[in-house]
Amino acid sequence: MSDHAVLTGEHFMTGDEAAAEGGLAAGCRFFGGYPITPATEVTERMAERLPEVGGVFIQMEDEMASMNAILGASWAGVKSMSSTSGPGFSLMMENFGLGIMTETPCVLVNVQRGGPSTGLPTLVGQQDMQQCKWGSHGDFEVIALSPSSPQEAFDFAIHAFNLSEQYRLPVFLMMDESVGHMFEKVVIPPADQIKLVERRYTTKKPGDYLPFLPDEDLVPPMIKFGDGYRVHVTGLTHDEKGYPVMEQSCHHPLVTRLVDKIKKNAHKIYMYDEHYLDDAEVVMVSYGITARIAQQVVEECRADGKKVGHLRLITCWPFPEAKIRELADRGVKGFIVPEINLGQMSLEVERVAGRGVPTICVPNAGGAVHKPEEIHAAVREVIK
Amino acid sequence: MRTELRVTGFGGQGIILAGYIIGKAAAVYDGKHATMVQAYGPEARGSACSSQVIIDDKPIQYPYLRKMQVLCALSQEGYDKFAPFVEKDGILLYDEDLVEFSAVPDVRIFRSVPATRYAEELGRVMVANITMLGFFTAQTGLVSPEAMKKAILSAVPKGTGELNTNAFERGFQHQPAEVKLGAGAGV
Repeated sequence: MSDHAVLTGEHFMTGDEAAAEGGLAAGCRFFGGYPITPATEVTERMAERLPEVGGVFIQMEDEMASMNAILGASWAGVKSMSSTSGPGFSLMMENFGLGIMTETPCVLVNVQRGGPSTGLPTLVGQQDMQQCKWGSHGDFEVIALSPSSPQEAFDFAIHAFNLSEQYRLPVFLMMDESVGHMFEKVVIPPADQIKLVERRYTTKKPGDYLPFLPDEDLVPPMIKFGDGYRVHVTGLTHDEKGYPVMEQSCHHPLVTRLVDKIKKNAHKIYMYDEHYLDDAEVVMVSYGITARIAQQVVEECRADGKKVGHLRLITCWPFPEAKIRELADRGVKGFIVPEINLGQMSLEVERVAGRGVPTICVPNAGGAVHKPEEIHAAVREVIK
Repeated sequence: MRTELRVTGFGGQGIILAGYIIGKAAAVYDGKHATMVQAYGPEARGSACSSQVIIDDKPIQYPYLRKMQVLCALSQEGYDKFAPFVEKDGILLYDEDLVEFSAVPDVRIFRSVPATRYAEELGRVMVANITMLGFFTAQTGLVSPEAMKKAILSAVPKGTGELNTNAFERGFQHQPAEVKLGAGAGV
C-alpha cells in the first residue's frame, strides 16, 4: 500500500499535481483544505490519492479550520499538508502563527494568483511573498521555498516536509499559478532514493520530559498525543513545560529562540542557483516562474556579449543575505529583480545591497508573466 | 530546436487533452523537453479554448509562445483568432468540415483533414482530437508515431484504446487533398 504513495516513473503533470505527489512521497498522510483556484488541483489530487495510501483527506469548512486541522494532525503524529491561494492564505495567517508558536511541523502550499482580494482567480501573481514573512502577527522567521517547474514542485514539497520536521514549524511552498498549472515532465525516483528527515521524538520518559526544552540546535524534541505524555500546547507564551506564563522574562527568550532556530541555522537552509555569476556585471535575482523568463533573458544577453548573471532564489525565506552582500561588495553594477508584484523580494535585495549598488525592480502586478522584452529593457538601463 | 505550437478549438473537443498528449509524447516517450500551458478560465467550456505546447531538444525556459510555428485548428473561432499569428513558413492544420479556409499572409503550408467526420465514421465524434493528432504527427514529424501512440493510450479511458488507436491511424494515413499556399509564400 505504501509503495503506491511514491509513483516512481516519468510523468507529464502540473506543478499542482506534482506538489501533491511530493507531499505523498514525503509521507504526508493528512490533508485538510478548502479548494480555491489555482490550488484546487492540489486538493483534488490529495482527495483522490490519500485514501489509496491509507491517509485521510478532509475538505474543511474554510481555510482557518484547514490550517488548524493540519496542526492537530501533526500533533497526532502524522505529516500533514494544506494548499490554498491568496484569499485563503490571508485567512490562514492567524493559525499559521499558532503553528509557529506551538512549533508544529506541516507544509502549506500557496499557489499564488493576482490580488488584492479575490483579484485574478485564474491568473498568475507572486504577490504573497512578503505576506508569508509578515502576514501573521508577532515576531517570527519563516522558511519559504519557491519552485520554478513541476519537477521542483515535487522535489521542494519533499524538502519542505524535511525542513518542517527538522526545525519544527509550518513551511511554505510558495508556488505561482503558472508553475501550478503548467505541464512538464516530472521524474519520481524510487522510494528508497528519496531522502526523508523524520520527526525527532523525545527519548525521555513521561515526567522527565519538558516539551519546549530545546536541544542544542534550539529545536525541542517532540512527542505525539496519545503516547502517555502530559503536554499542554498553547498559542499563549509558555515556559518549557508548555504552560502559559504572562511575563516578559518568559516571552523574550521564547520568541527569540523561535526566531534564532531559523536565523542561526539559515546558512544550512539557504538554497539558490547560480548562473554566470563569476564575471557578471549585472545580476538578475528571481524566483518561481519568473526565474525561467529571467534565465531566458540571461541566455539571450550572454549570446549578445552582455555580462549578465542570474541568482535564482530557491529559499526566498530565509533570504540569502550573504550571497547578495558578496555580490554587492564585489562591485556589480546593479541588481535586476523581475517579480510578479510591484516590488517585494526586491525590497530585500535593496536592503542588503545598500545604496552603493542600484536595485531595479521590474514590476508586474499580475495576470501574466513578464515578457522577455520587459526584462531586456531593464538590463539596458544598467548596461547603457 | 525549439518548436512552438498551439491547438485550438472549443470546449469539449479535447483540445487541452490533445496538447497534453503531444507534450507527454515528446517529453516522456521521445526523450525531448516539452511544456504545455492552457488557457484557463471560463472559456474552457463551450467556447474558444487552446493549449500551447513547446517542444525542444534543450530545457525550456520561457514556456509560452513567442513565435508560433504550428497551429492545429478544430474550430472556426480558433482559426480566425490564431491563424494570423502563425510564423512565416509555419504549418497550419485544420478540420476541413469545421473551418472555412481563408488565406493568411506568410503561412506556407495549409493542410486539412476531416477529423470530425472520420471520428463520426469510427463511431465516436469525441475521438476527433485523436484523429487530428494522427494527422499532426504525419504532417509535422515533431513527435514520433510510436511516442504519440503510447501517450494516447496512457491518457484515454480504459477500454477505448482500440478506438483511439484507429482514430490516430485514420488521421496519420490521411493524404490531404490539396496544399494551399499562402499569399506571402513567394511561389
